[in-house]
Amino acid sequence: MPSLDDWSSLLLSLKLGCTVTFVLILISPPLSWWLAHSHSRLKPLISAVTALPLVLPPTILGFYFLLLTGPNGTVGHLTLALGLGTLPFTFPGLVVASVFYSLPFVVQPLTNVFERVGHWPLEVGATLRASPLKAFFTIVIPMTVPDLMAASLLGFAHTLGEFGVVLMMGGNIPGETRVASIQIYNHVEALEYGQAHWLSGTLLTLSLILLVLVQKYGLSRKRI
Amino acid sequence: MSIRVKNDPGGLHVPHSQLCRIASASVLLFSLIFLNQKMARAEDVTVAVAANFSAAMKEIAARFESDTRDHLIISYGATGQFRAQIMNGAPYAVFLTADDVTGKQLADDGLAVPDSRFVYATGALVLWSPDPLIAGSLETLLEQGSFKHIAMANPALAPYGAAARETLENLGLWNHLQDKILYGENISQAYSMVVGGGAHLGFVAKSQVMRHGHWLPGSVWVVPPSLYKPLNQEAILLLKGQNSKAAHALMAYLKSEKSRSIVKAYGYVP
Repeated sequence: MPSLDDWSSLLLSLKLGCTVTFVLILISPPLSWWLAHSHSRLKPLISAVTALPLVLPPTILGFYFLLLTGPNGTVGHLTLALGLGTLPFTFPGLVVASVFYSLPFVVQPLTNVFERVGHWPLEVGATLRASPLKAFFTIVIPMTVPDLMAASLLGFAHTLGEFGVVLMMGGNIPGETRVASIQIYNHVEALEYGQAHWLSGTLLTLSLILLVLVQKYGLSRKRI
Repeated sequence: MSIRVKNDPGGLHVPHSQLCRIASASVLLFSLIFLNQKMARAEDVTVAVAANFSAAMKEIAARFESDTRDHLIISYGATGQFRAQIMNGAPYAVFLTADDVTGKQLADDGLAVPDSRFVYATGALVLWSPDPLIAGSLETLLEQGSFKHIAMANPALAPYGAAARETLENLGLWNHLQDKILYGENISQAYSMVVGGGAHLGFVAKSQVMRHGHWLPGSVWVVPPSLYKPLNQEAILLLKGQNSKAAHALMAYLKSEKSRSIVKAYGYVP
């Protein structure tokens, strides 16, 4: 039977997913548009950095995040100097790490969509005297809402499932950083396979539903 | 406009109440999600505990909390990982390690109180199989090598793995069994290999196959302690817990008779 801790970890996962998805929705469209249309020399580098989480083992990412943002790291020095404390072992720390970790899952599909859309919405906007920024928000964003939804759902689902980064950065602290995937690990380590099955089943069902939704939104996009 | 709405039989009325229900449900869900953190957190002692000790720790924590009214916030994990996290500012007050070197290293690094170190439990190595039919002959089976796979923890990473390797070396079987050994990252992975049926038998911790003083169904051979170095697990008070009364109380509790009897019931030598 699920314990109170199990529910608490599930809620924490949902909270992390919601927060991370919100941040991703804010930063991904501009970044993706830039990646789709820029001719900058920096583009391959930025594109590669965004894709790093796809290829690096999560524990390694988490480890370097920990070193970088800990009290002895460069980012850690900065956050301490700003009076913000350090990021590891806190919920905001998890959010920062998860945003980076789930970024490619939102940025890459959006970049593809923006590449297919091309430049014409901005050009059409320009004939109506709309600035590129205004055209982006009044033409491009509304016409790609289903893709935005699908990409955000993918980012959300990926955040729910992450383990290595969260374990390293979060430190498995109940109520603060112990998300569902880590609670499953705890149950397995404690040989409580029954509770592990229950939580895993819940996560599996949730992820499956989310992915079906992603497919549904993705398939409805054949018209572009 | 409003008259038209009232005359409309259910056209707008039903969706409206449904909308209310959906809205209130989502408000409830979101407040649950975002209030949850405050409810779950009652700050007291943050404890890092080696994963192999988690079953015993849960019972000790329950007794400790009801005896002292202090609250324990416990994280379970791998000792090496905890060490890396503590070196990077993790907020743990007390650390129950899985070996007898990590505590000293942390004290040398100035992250723990040196003289607070003590052995809270000594692990015991057993050879175990969930198959009850081979009872009494596991040692013979091991010597004959008449099985496909045997599981153990990685000797380079886990103390129980090192103990298993030492045992096999002392029995003169290490070289002979090389191509039959499956390595788990830690002792719980070795255990799940045996339970899952990937390996017929495996070296696991006695604490994993013992519940409340009784063996789990299966066959077991308790490896004679003379065949491997003692698996001493040390507890240490970390710098962050130095000024916490509750952290000191937990350290004292782990030495108490009450705690030691639980440790014993879970298959450790107290």
